[in-house]
Amino acid sequence: MPVYQVNGEKSWQKYSALDRFRIAMGWLIGFILLVVCWQVISRNTLWFLVWDAPKHVADFVARMFPPRWGYINELWLPLWDTFNIATLGTLLAVLIAIPLSFLAAQNTTPHPIVRQAALFVIVTSRTINSLIWALILVALLGPGSLAGMFAIMLRSVGFVGKLLYEQIEEISREPVEAITATGASPAQVLSYGIVPQVLPAFVGISVFRWDINIRESAVLGLVGAGGIGMKLESSVNSLQWFQVSVIFACIFLMVFASEWVSARIRKAII
Amino acid sequence: MTQPSQIQQSSITWSPPPWIRPVWLQWLVILGCIIYLILALSTQQVNWERVVAGGERAVRMVSDFLRPDFTARQRDVWNGILESLVMTVVASVLGFLISIPIGFGAARTISPLPIYLLCRGIIALARTFQEVIVAILFVIVVGFGPLAGVLTLSFTTIGFLSKLLAEKIEEIDPAPLEAIRATGASWLQLMDYAVLPQVMPRLIGLTIYRFDINLRESAIVGIVGAGGIGATLETAFDRYEFRTAGAILIIIIALVMVTEWSSTLIRKRLL
Repeated sequence: MPVYQVNGEKSWQKYSALDRFRIAMGWLIGFILLVVCWQVISRNTLWFLVWDAPKHVADFVARMFPPRWGYINELWLPLWDTFNIATLGTLLAVLIAIPLSFLAAQNTTPHPIVRQAALFVIVTSRTINSLIWALILVALLGPGSLAGMFAIMLRSVGFVGKLLYEQIEEISREPVEAITATGASPAQVLSYGIVPQVLPAFVGISVFRWDINIRESAVLGLVGAGGIGMKLESSVNSLQWFQVSVIFACIFLMVFASEWVSARIRKAII
Repeated sequence: MTQPSQIQQSSITWSPPPWIRPVWLQWLVILGCIIYLILALSTQQVNWERVVAGGERAVRMVSDFLRPDFTARQRDVWNGILESLVMTVVASVLGFLISIPIGFGAARTISPLPIYLLCRGIIALARTFQEVIVAILFVIVVGFGPLAGVLTLSFTTIGFLSKLLAEKIEEIDPAPLEAIRATGASWLQLMDYAVLPQVMPRLIGLTIYRFDINLRESAIVGIVGAGGIGATLETAFDRYEFRTAGAILIIIIALVMVTEWSSTLIRKRLL
């Protein structure tokens, strides 16, 4: 908190002169960067379309309402598929992430090289979006919910693995030492000393990811990976907006319900 | 842990407690899971011939990925990457600026009930739908191109940042607030000197974190026409040009890793 002499009186200011200069320079650089970036976007935008936006919105809303509720009968199976993609994908991811996170945690890893390999798998999985995983898998396995399931799995392994190994690294040493002192085997130390400490966090992480996956699996169909997204894609492409609004309503309800369930479970654990 | 023979010898044995109490509920949950698994697996329609054919494709794909081709669609690829980056920057800044008032409005401790409900409503709306669905809507409204992508990413950024900002504001230390109020400060001065200094480090950290997420998302909103590298990537997959697709994936991974690494560094210095 610098204090200056201004006209012979002591005066307080929030920042020193140097700090103020730095802050101003930061703002200037940021502003220039923003303007340059904005120009790139502006160049690639058809502005006459944007100026018509209010008309588009009005037109669009008029086409969406009232929704064709009868269409919902065609949606039950895709919705069930979407739910399965998310749930089975999360389940598979969890099965892989458990051993992976024990290999990646500093205090349980068998060897530093193994740890680096496990970390590499986690980072790669996290870096690629599930929609991109779905693109790859649809090219490999053909369209369908199997590709979606594996896409969700591949993306979630990194997420669950990362959060879980951070939990394992934070465990308290004492129970582990106590169990070791009883003459327990390494497997017993794991199941009685370490697992009880991370189990609540682990269930919380899995349920949290499942909730995210419900949201993500709803759009995987856009690239052909099954579920309600495929119905969305065909309805959008054939401009059937009455059906699109029904699909949106379904997705909204499903996401809402899954978020509620996941919040309840996480609350019950903690 | 105890051997069966020992159980007979001593009357006191220990067994791990059930996960869920009461025990019958635990068995009900397990039974429900088994029934669900049977139902889910039996309704999966899998074209096994196509899956088996995938093995052969996988070999080709991996060998193509290992020889990435950066030159074939050089113009498309670099334009797409540039567009993705630019969208990320603008959307993060826009999202940051807009999420400050909404975050303040959504903090129950400093805002009146009507404004609180309005801001919480905006946050809930922005958080419910996945980026790609929001992108579809914005493409309809403003047409194909990066502007739709910027609007999409800004919108979802607002949902993320405002919610966490509001939670942070709700748990700040009230003592500085009272001290500044006692000097006769106006509402704006109160925010500037009592609230902002307490929440700013966290807000900046979260924005940098969100920048990472936005970069990742900007790579996929192009699939529905909202600009960025996504469209080029999807085209490469549709045409089975795996060498180009491999090149794009490598660039995306490298970019994400560089930003993630530098953002962790910045956040560590800030906090």
